[in-house]
Amino acid sequence: MPGITREEVAHLARLSRLELKPEELDHFAEQLDVIIGAVARVSEVAGQDVPPTSHPLPLTNVMRADEVRPSLTPEQALSGAPASEEQRFRVPQILGED
Amino acid sequence: MSVMNLVSYEDALASYDPVMGLEVHVELGTKTKMFCGCSTELGAEPNSQTCPTCLGLPGSLPVVNAVGVESAVKIGLALNCEIAEWCRFARKNYFYPDMPKNFQTSQYDEPIAFNGYLDVQLEDGSTFRVEIERAHMEEDTGKSSHVGGATGRIHGATHSLLDYNRAGIPLIEIVTKPIEGAGERAPEVAKAYVAELREVIRSLDVSEARMDKGQMRCDVNLSLRPNGTETFGTRSETKNVNSLRSVERAARFEIRRHATVLTDGGTIVQETRHFHEEDGSTTSGRIKDNAEDYRYFPEPDLVPVAPARAWVEELRAALPELPRVRRARLQAEWDLSDKDMQSVLNAGAVGPIQETIAAGAPADQARKWWMGELARRANETGTELSEQPITPAQVARVAALVAEGKLNDKLARQVIEAVLAGEGEPDAIVEKRGLAVVSDDSALGAAVDQAIAENEGIAAKIRDGKVQAVGALVGAVMKATRGQADAARVKDLILERLGAA
Amino acid sequence: MTELIRYTAAETASAIAKGEVSAVEVAQAHLDRIGAVDKKVNAFLHVDTEGALAAAKAVDDKRAKGEELGPLAGVPLALKDVFTTKGIPTTCGSKMLEGWIPPYDATLTSRLKDADVVILGKTNMDEFAMGSSTENSAYGVTGNPWDLSRIPGGSGGGSAAALAAFEAPLAIGTDTGGSIRQPGAVTGTVGVKPTYGSVSRYGLVAFSSSLDQGGPCARTVLDAALLHEAIAGHDPLDSTSIDAPVPAVVEAAKMRDIRGMRIGVVKEFAGEGYQAGVMQRFNESVELLRELGAEVVEVSCPSFTLALPAYYLIAPSECSSNLARFDAMRYGLRVGDDGSRSAEEVTALTREAGFGPEVKRRIILGTYALSSGYYDAYYGSAQKVRTLISRDFDAAFAGVDVLVSPTTPTTAFPIGERADDPMAMYLADLCTIPSNLAGNAAMSLPVGLAPEDNLPVGLQIIAPAMADDRLYRVGGAVEAALNDKWGHTLLEEAPAL
Ligand SMILES: [Mg+2]
Ligand SMILES: [Zn+2]
Repeated sequence: MPGITREEVAHLARLSRLELKPEELDHFAEQLDVIIGAVARVSEVAGQDVPPTSHPLPLTNVMRADEVRPSLTPEQALSGAPASEEQRFRVPQILGED
Repeated sequence: MSVMNLVSYEDALASYDPVMGLEVHVELGTKTKMFCGCSTELGAEPNSQTCPTCLGLPGSLPVVNAVGVESAVKIGLALNCEIAEWCRFARKNYFYPDMPKNFQTSQYDEPIAFNGYLDVQLEDGSTFRVEIERAHMEEDTGKSSHVGGATGRIHGATHSLLDYNRAGIPLIEIVTKPIEGAGERAPEVAKAYVAELREVIRSLDVSEARMDKGQMRCDVNLSLRPNGTETFGTRSETKNVNSLRSVERAARFEIRRHATVLTDGGTIVQETRHFHEEDGSTTSGRIKDNAEDYRYFPEPDLVPVAPARAWVEELRAALPELPRVRRARLQAEWDLSDKDMQSVLNAGAVGPIQETIAAGAPADQARKWWMGELARRANETGTELSEQPITPAQVARVAALVAEGKLNDKLARQVIEAVLAGEGEPDAIVEKRGLAVVSDDSALGAAVDQAIAENEGIAAKIRDGKVQAVGALVGAVMKATRGQADAARVKDLILERLGAA
Repeated sequence: MTELIRYTAAETASAIAKGEVSAVEVAQAHLDRIGAVDKKVNAFLHVDTEGALAAAKAVDDKRAKGEELGPLAGVPLALKDVFTTKGIPTTCGSKMLEGWIPPYDATLTSRLKDADVVILGKTNMDEFAMGSSTENSAYGVTGNPWDLSRIPGGSGGGSAAALAAFEAPLAIGTDTGGSIRQPGAVTGTVGVKPTYGSVSRYGLVAFSSSLDQGGPCARTVLDAALLHEAIAGHDPLDSTSIDAPVPAVVEAAKMRDIRGMRIGVVKEFAGEGYQAGVMQRFNESVELLRELGAEVVEVSCPSFTLALPAYYLIAPSECSSNLARFDAMRYGLRVGDDGSRSAEEVTALTREAGFGPEVKRRIILGTYALSSGYYDAYYGSAQKVRTLISRDFDAAFAGVDVLVSPTTPTTAFPIGERADDPMAMYLADLCTIPSNLAGNAAMSLPVGLAPEDNLPVGLQIIAPAMADDRLYRVGGAVEAALNDKWGHTLLEEAPAL
């Protein structure tokens, strides 16, 4: 299993929206390399014919009836907002799709 | 790239073969959201239909809406899909401010419905089978409005405002397999497919599927390959094409654009495109490079959905008559030729006519009004027939007024125009505008006498037995009464007066 | 009056019910204790003096009106700051949520209120429950009341320390990889990770959804059982909640009889890395179980050696997604919004400033494990390991009623010792993680002090899913036997603060 490079850490940081400082990139690259080296052992079972378990419970079909429950008030919904305007969450300019 | 500089559609098709993929998102008409009990009612105050779950507050959890799942299975069955015996939700991870959790709860490699098809009828009456890859459940995002830029657009905006009332509304995403072999009819197939899909959704009563309200949204993926080759070309993804007409136009534009690029020896970039209603063009959006990595994994906050076979069969047995079958039945009931039925279909008039009949109008009357006045108007304005500001009940009422003799055709047309103009219900318009047919003999008598006096020559002919000349006098009376007279009664009165009855 | 803080929860409830003491007096005694010692211990991030006294007064009013009181009415409790509390700050030990006041109560919070438990405040924790020492809290480390220079365990170090420091007789923790049991072990208190799905996660700020489980922390097995019954049970707001009756844990805690029970010693949890004094106390406990009439056998669970690697793929993967919501848009911290920056930039700057190093490390690790190209080898394989671990448990439980092991390989280590050595830190959860991966129930209870450092040692008892009562039956018997032997509880040996 390949180790992890500083560039990869930078890419992962972008994907996960973390504006890491250069020294953090170095430090994390080093540590993650060690961690990944240790956890990569799980791939010993990669080829084995074992079904994956994504969940410890064998439940299925847990659903609710299509019945309206009370919502929060707009005041409650917006109570934690860093900024709001016109009863909406105010956010910085969004880049991308028009 | 403007339409002007593109190679012609015919030239494009002479060299290239289009392959399409259509992705349609349908907002379900459930009372509550997909994963929480917030109302889905449109038009509510901003952020008044939100809760910890659909706001993505720390600690909140989703619970699946049973009607959402049932609707998905119904859609799957109506599209001739297999229904998964066991499937899961997955998280699609990407950051965007309209998505409160910064992952969309969706389905990935285990959709609830897969491997189906939808037969669609083209304008020439032939049938084209569109293969369905999958239909899966997911949730809608919130709505952002952009402040400070030109006309609410994102570019140049200083900031944006978010309303999460729509966040979490159930969506079914229906994805076709690559549509091959449509050739020059590709744009028509795209439009017919979306139209037919909309009919299917409506017949199932799982959504109103109004494209103008964003309840149904279509992405058109398109690529070209040189005629006679097999390998698909690079595709573009035109997002949010939100009317039937636009679907056709977007496909047509992209065929021409791709052909132009390829003919020039260029390469198509895999990207999203935006469609512009004004001129039917598309412009470049986001490049789809490998940086995009949604890191799908099974949603650990939800348990698998395993539709019991018996339940699926129950739903299958309870499916309503599907639009294609219904149309065949209606054609027989309405006694229409293939050609007439096709024009009814092409005009999108099946639903309106049927509803008008249901509201009490005779079949021929219902068809006459929708295929006449109203179809013409829809055509002129480039809008859907079913979305004209008149209801089938109103059309049926106008037909009834005609049948009762209270209106003639000319007056009826005026009433319909007034309804379209928003003047209210037909009866009120007749009253207000004084449009009722005049059949009162004393009132008509004077007009008849005057017409005879002014047209002595014609009157003489009628007296002499040339009864067919009566039309000219009836015309004169109608003109004098500005069309409000009951023509049949006028004719009787004239013949009576002239002793020819 | 100071004696009030040394009462067990059961004694406190009984004294209030009988009118020997008022709930307000009890609450005030604990608030006073917090005032006196918490500057040193730092167990609490927020003390809700007003709310606690009001809740206590409501209990006294109920009693005055002759209304029946529940088994924990008026008993004070320290709530881990990872459960939402309407109107009361909830930070998860993170700068990201500094000042956030949730508009809703977690189901667990509501159940505590319904049981008339008096919530004293919110306790310190490793940021978003990621850690084994509480050093990852953005609000300073918590001291271990046995030795303030040592860690109280984590992530629920605040809850465990509050118990050991007699600031509260009951506390709530969450256990994703051992965050209830390991703090319990190193502070000489009792901690239970119930069967996954038996305590609602609605309102528990998620670290790793398929592993997180809230549970009771107490100074005695019976107290833990009383709290367990108050918080467990089906919740329609949590899709992963088990819709079945809660096992009779209080009854089990009172049995004190394990004759005829079959108990398995997990062979893999011994050897290199295990502190001599920990193993000594563990072996004595095994002897004690025999003396009490249990049949003890050795069992092997070979896949457990892969549990830690699997955990450090699954938990970070889920956390990378769960923590994506902290984006500076709807609540919590916002950094760098000067009008020129985009939402994307503000999100990245905020997350950089708001998350501590361990959280960032795990987000990046999880993002890596889920990315295309690595998913199958890492996340996919880890899920297969999970199956193997469950199979090992199934095989073991086919022959025994419960399994036992040391809870942690070592006693409390000095603050700072492993702070920037993730791999060393992760070893603290070696023995606790398999139960999170498989979803079964487990308890840690104190079984003495390690001779070399005089620090508490925990015995871990592991039961099959939905057989939580077995933990209490075994734990109750061991606790009673040890208290008889010592003539007092272990915590009475803790130094004065
Ligand atoms: Mg989608
Ligand atoms: Zn909601």
